[in-house]
Amino acid sequence: MTHHDFYMPVSEAQVRALRVGDTVTLYRTLFGIRDATQIHMFDRGRKTRFDMQGHAVIHTAPNVKQVPKSNEYPAGYASICVGTTTSARMERFSRPLMEQYGVRLIIGKGGLGKDSAKAFADLGGAYLAIIGGTAALETTWITAIEDVDLEDLNPECLWRFGIKGFGPLLVAMDSHGGSSYDRVMKTAEERKAAALAAIGVKA
Amino acid sequence: MKLHVDPQAVEEAAKLLYIRALKVLPDDIKQGFTRLDAGEGDATAKTILATMIENIAVAERTDNLLCQDTGIPIYNVMVGRDVEVDGAALKQAIRRGVERATREHPLRSSIVHPITRKNDQTSTGRLVPVINIDFDDTPATLQLEMIPKGSGSENGSFLKMLIPADGLDGIKRFVIDCVMQAGGKVCPPTIVGVGVGGTSDLCMHLAKVAATRALGSTSADPEGEKLEKMLASAVNSLGIGPQGLGGDSTAFAVHVETAATHITMNPVAVNIQCHSARRATATFTPKGVEVGF
Repeated sequence: MTHHDFYMPVSEAQVRALRVGDTVTLYRTLFGIRDATQIHMFDRGRKTRFDMQGHAVIHTAPNVKQVPKSNEYPAGYASICVGTTTSARMERFSRPLMEQYGVRLIIGKGGLGKDSAKAFADLGGAYLAIIGGTAALETTWITAIEDVDLEDLNPECLWRFGIKGFGPLLVAMDSHGGSSYDRVMKTAEERKAAALAAIGVKA
Repeated sequence: MKLHVDPQAVEEAAKLLYIRALKVLPDDIKQGFTRLDAGEGDATAKTILATMIENIAVAERTDNLLCQDTGIPIYNVMVGRDVEVDGAALKQAIRRGVERATREHPLRSSIVHPITRKNDQTSTGRLVPVINIDFDDTPATLQLEMIPKGSGSENGSFLKMLIPADGLDGIKRFVIDCVMQAGGKVCPPTIVGVGVGGTSDLCMHLAKVAATRALGSTSADPEGEKLEKMLASAVNSLGIGPQGLGGDSTAFAVHVETAATHITMNPVAVNIQCHSARRATATFTPKGVEVGF
């Protein structure tokens, strides 16, 4: 159980050093991405001008307010509330995000599946669990919406956030095949028969 | 005494309730967190619960939304006796209230057309907000309940048309299977809403009513209440825990609602409410409007 402070972007070696149960706090830059963003990027051939090599993405679609562009609001958006959505819906985009854009870390809630685990192992990536439904707290870790791409998809644009001490986040899937979610579900499977028997259900 | 309900007051209340529900959790849910935290034996799970509890305080202190998901807006209207209200105007007023909350706060519009996926940026669309209207015998009272139903847990919705031979065992097994399939995706700790009986659509609706009921309330049907206690202990023995990362706190409660069904049928539905179990209520009486949970 080691804590890591990551000043983004990071190298493959830094990500491969992560193990399930470690914690990570991110600094500088974080990209926000969502269902529609990735459907447009990977199914409809759209490209982003952002360089996400070695970066982290978070599964989000924030509440924002449009404001005049300024030093404080370089993209013309104030962040009102930035939280996290369920990752599982975006499972099939993990590999292309890593292969085509060099993304190293995916932040979300609820976990990802086998294809993502394989992509993390093959390419050197990890999944960092954030606590879903704690957006008020996460918003305090965001310093600014620095830039936005694929803006017509609002709120599912590709957002670039400035961050200060984003975390601690829990390493829930690593590049060595470790997954907290697999471990928990294995336990649940093992306990299921006893749980049902205790409420009178015959096997 | 009669109650006359002014659509303009409904519009204001619909707007206020949407924003309030997104920011302040009901006391029963806050107490639910305290209870789970006291009984939790897993260290990671305790850290997660502590962060959730901290988030509730941060949201109130910074006047911010608890969760980024503004949900699908649902309004439950309960009309008592001797209430004079223009029903069509009431529905329009609720819609305008949602649109104004979205524009004036502003809030993220989470609502899109189901085929084109176009977002009108109003949090409204065809048949959304969802408006359920029912009647009871409370004198001169109209109650407006707002529920912003988050999508992560709404995607944890299941229906099975079991047959009589599957019996009550089939119902229990189905609920456990659903909770396992939902895992951490539905943002546990949850309220697991279970509908038993009725038609397919009524069964699903009952599951939603159950999922959005206050903690501490019980099924109106004594048979449903028995099932609630049993299923809650079974669900929490699986070890799924907060966020699906392990622990004892998988669900605050299992709530069951029942309806009579057909001799050939045995339907069961599950609808899950995430830990951000948000709701707000405005009660209209001749004395004025009172806002609560």
